Amino acid sequence: MERTTSQETLQARENELRALLLRGLDGDAKAYRAFLDQLGGHLRGFLRRRLSQSSELEDALQEVLLAVHNARQTYRAEQPLTVWVQAICRYKLADHYRTRGRQAAQTDWLDEADELLAVQDNAQAEARRDLGKLLQQLPPRQRLPIVHVKLEGRSVEETARLTGLSSSAIKVGIHRGLKALAAKIRGGA
Amino acid sequence: MKTDDLIALLASEVAPVDRHVLAKRFATALLCGLAGALLLIVTAYGIRADLATIAGTPLFWAKLALPATLLFGALLLTARMARPGTQVGRSWALLAAPVVIVWVVALVILITAPADAGMPLLLGNTWRECLANIVLLSMPAFIAAFWALRGLAPTRPRLAGGAAGLLAGSIAALAYSLHCPEMAVPFWALWYLLGILLPGVLGTLLGPRLLRW
Repeated sequence: MERTTSQETLQARENELRALLLRGLDGDAKAYRAFLDQLGGHLRGFLRRRLSQSSELEDALQEVLLAVHNARQTYRAEQPLTVWVQAICRYKLADHYRTRGRQAAQTDWLDEADELLAVQDNAQAEARRDLGKLLQQLPPRQRLPIVHVKLEGRSVEETARLTGLSSSAIKVGIHRGLKALAAKIRGGA
Repeated sequence: MKTDDLIALLASEVAPVDRHVLAKRFATALLCGLAGALLLIVTAYGIRADLATIAGTPLFWAKLALPATLLFGALLLTARMARPGTQVGRSWALLAAPVVIVWVVALVILITAPADAGMPLLLGNTWRECLANIVLLSMPAFIAAFWALRGLAPTRPRLAGGAAGLLAGSIAALAYSLHCPEMAVPFWALWYLLGILLPGVLGTLLGPRLLRW
């Protein structure tokens, strides 16, 4: 795990991540992918210090990334990105502990201001929970759009022809499906 | 599924995001809540017969101003609570100011009134109906405001739920003043406010349960 404390570096990272996210919100898939990749590394380092059991790290990280994605329409360009992400992360972590009926580990959220971007950890571990399996449990209206569009990379129109659903039903299906996936994770899988 | 695969999944085929989704959801909720409350007022309660006359008095508009300003403050607070990492900020002042002003006026009226006029000023003839009706009228807006929040990302669900409840209560009180015959300031300083607060309390209770995401 790497650690940085230089203010300039942190600010540069914040600016870069923010620019990537904003481009992603405008529909730039490559920028969005880079945003999630980089954020994932920071989040892994951030979460590692806040989880009592490291075996849960990759699961928690996936949960937070999915939450960031599902909440992406609430990000305002004027807001510091770290503040927004950390609020989501804190919410998901509290939820993570609550569903497992445990008290949150002693976390020092107060001096976290620059914490998120200061740490980076790209050592990906194996997730214990398989999101692919959870995906299979979704109803067809949500599962099929996600599988065809998101996993197999087909276009929305092509998927519409393939499934007999309308284009807007495909888009709604993806949106609801990813939210339902988050709900399945919460359900204690 | 590996984290890289999840990221690939999330980032593939991303459509541009609607940046005004919050404004749209709250505009829809506000319209539905208002329409629902007005529909109930017109069909179930009836608009007071002397509305045209009473609308010429400043007191009537002062009575509308309380729920109207609270509506504005609650809307601002709810919208803030719909986004992760935003602070309550000045929304509190917007909610507190009209309450303080109305209470000061109500207290002055109560103190300067003759001793036996105090209770009638406070209770009027309809305080029971007033309270129950405002709470009932708030239900369409309550559902609509929770719907709006459920499509967004409240990370403080108790506060968000409470703010949504206050919003619903304010909409209801605004609609109810078209029916309510009571004009004494102490009356509505007490009962309108309670009618607005009750949905707010309900919201704080239901928020953590209904607003999880």
